[in-house]
Amino acid sequence: MRRALGPIAVLLLLAGLDVALPRLINPYLFQIVVLCGINVILAVSLNLVNGFTGQFSIGHAGFMAVGAYGSAMFSLHVGQKWADALAAAHLPGAIATGLPLLAALLLGGLLAAAAGWLVGLPSLRLRGDYLAIVTLGFGEIIRVIITNVNAVGAARGLPGIPGWVDFFWVGLGVVAVIVVAVNLAHSTHGRALFAIRDDEVAAEALGVDTTRYKVLAFVYGAFFAGVAGGLFAHYLSYLNPNSFTFLKSIEVIAMVVLGGLGSISGSVLAAIILTLLPEVLRPVKDYRMVLYSLMLIVLMITRPGGLLGNRELRLPWRKRQTASGTGLA
Amino acid sequence: MTAPADAPLLQLDDVTMQFGGLKAVSGLSLTLGRGELVGLIGPNGAGKTTVFNLITGVYAPSAGRIVFEGKPINGKKPHAIARGGITRTFQNIRLFSSLSCRDNVAIAGHAHSRAGLTDALLRTRRFAEDERELQSLSSAMLERLGLTRFADTRATELPYGQQRRLEIARALAGRPRLLLLDEPAAGLNPQESEDLMRIIQELRTQLELTILLIEHDMRVVMGICGRIAVLDYGVKIAEGSPERIRRDPRVIEAYLGEEVPTAPPS
Repeated sequence: MRRALGPIAVLLLLAGLDVALPRLINPYLFQIVVLCGINVILAVSLNLVNGFTGQFSIGHAGFMAVGAYGSAMFSLHVGQKWADALAAAHLPGAIATGLPLLAALLLGGLLAAAAGWLVGLPSLRLRGDYLAIVTLGFGEIIRVIITNVNAVGAARGLPGIPGWVDFFWVGLGVVAVIVVAVNLAHSTHGRALFAIRDDEVAAEALGVDTTRYKVLAFVYGAFFAGVAGGLFAHYLSYLNPNSFTFLKSIEVIAMVVLGGLGSISGSVLAAIILTLLPEVLRPVKDYRMVLYSLMLIVLMITRPGGLLGNRELRLPWRKRQTASGTGLA
Repeated sequence: MTAPADAPLLQLDDVTMQFGGLKAVSGLSLTLGRGELVGLIGPNGAGKTTVFNLITGVYAPSAGRIVFEGKPINGKKPHAIARGGITRTFQNIRLFSSLSCRDNVAIAGHAHSRAGLTDALLRTRRFAEDERELQSLSSAMLERLGLTRFADTRATELPYGQQRRLEIARALAGRPRLLLLDEPAAGLNPQESEDLMRIIQELRTQLELTILLIEHDMRVVMGICGRIAVLDYGVKIAEGSPERIRRDPRVIEAYLGEEVPTAPPS
């Protein structure tokens, strides 16, 4: 039973913040908090591919788009009916919208994971720049499709998505991706990924099924990108192809590299900093993006390994685990 | 399905490896019995490492058969062969540079871990048991190679000689029945190299290993190998006891030329 205490505590904390946050901060700040959360999910999930396994994917926005549009279409055509039926059955609002949202997020994640599997397959033969180009191509294909298919709104965008996402769901997504990444990193499977990053030939010679793990990293990374996309769609209630351009992929890569490849806490920190930075810089108006870029350049020059290198932030009262190594220590 | 005890552990049957017009290994037959320590020598470019790459599945032979414990293994993937009981070290050290020594060794135990991905993500009891086993396996192998005090050091921060040892510890953690050592003493000083050979001998008896050893240092190979095969231009030109190899005129011509006259009579 003690094992259940942690998750319950997390759920209660998220629910408490869910109630308290909108009362404590103004809607503008609240939106930034939500966007921070979504970007944290994107950055940590990309870190599984680029940081843990050392593959270079620059199509993360594509996976996010698959999840966003997939979950949005589900909610528009199916989820909304479920929500109405549940509300008619006099269930409390949080459950009436929560269940269909959960279904939509999982569906979006799974669709993206399927796409991740497809894109991961060429990763068996390609590496480095060549793989990057494949993922770039994938991202562009997705963007061109959603810009042109009328059923998903084409270039006009997709309006009217139920706005079911509140802080609770974003927080849950953040917790989920971090738990998965940390548990993976501290297991033999995570070590297998690090081994592939460091020396693929040696990993294979020592019994690591490199094929399986390289695809696996793509599938997990894409799943959470899809979930982030689903959260994004159900928070803004509106999707536009312009949110999923190549620049979005680059933004997520910047977060991962800035945080330190392979460092989970680094990704979290960098995602938050890079989401806040453009907002903080609003007073300087036109020079905003110049300063933003300058800061990136200065950071990379002064800390070429990323903010945290490949280290992790540790809670000071937590002892170093024996499973240790984390592979990142 | 296990082969009878007296059957050879590894059998290379007329194995050829052709890269375009180049025959790196040509019609090689070689048999290793259980518990043997066999040396594979030959001048640079003779095809020794190619033989290792063939046995471990990095290359699939152009012709011929490789049989391990009675089952053909040519065409299998390297990770499957590693799981099947053959692990190796590399001539040019290939450690996992960002990982600690402990984790470097633990990775080789991965092949035998039973906890699946779900166990790891949910932190089940099976995961915990499995992780404990891997860690103790790792510690045991580090201890055998005298690397315990480096357990938490990053692999690439070790002195060169210790990195060579770490490669062996890592290969052992894969619980091999056949261990392939590719120039384990390369770059070591005479004292280090002597210590290493003593350790290899001990490992062979204590872990009931069969070992195939590529080595350049003649003194080393002559000292510990029961049998030696000599490769030149991909062809096996001689095989037999160290004594016979030392006197074989073809070997002298191909390789030992200058060494033999100065070698002390034993």
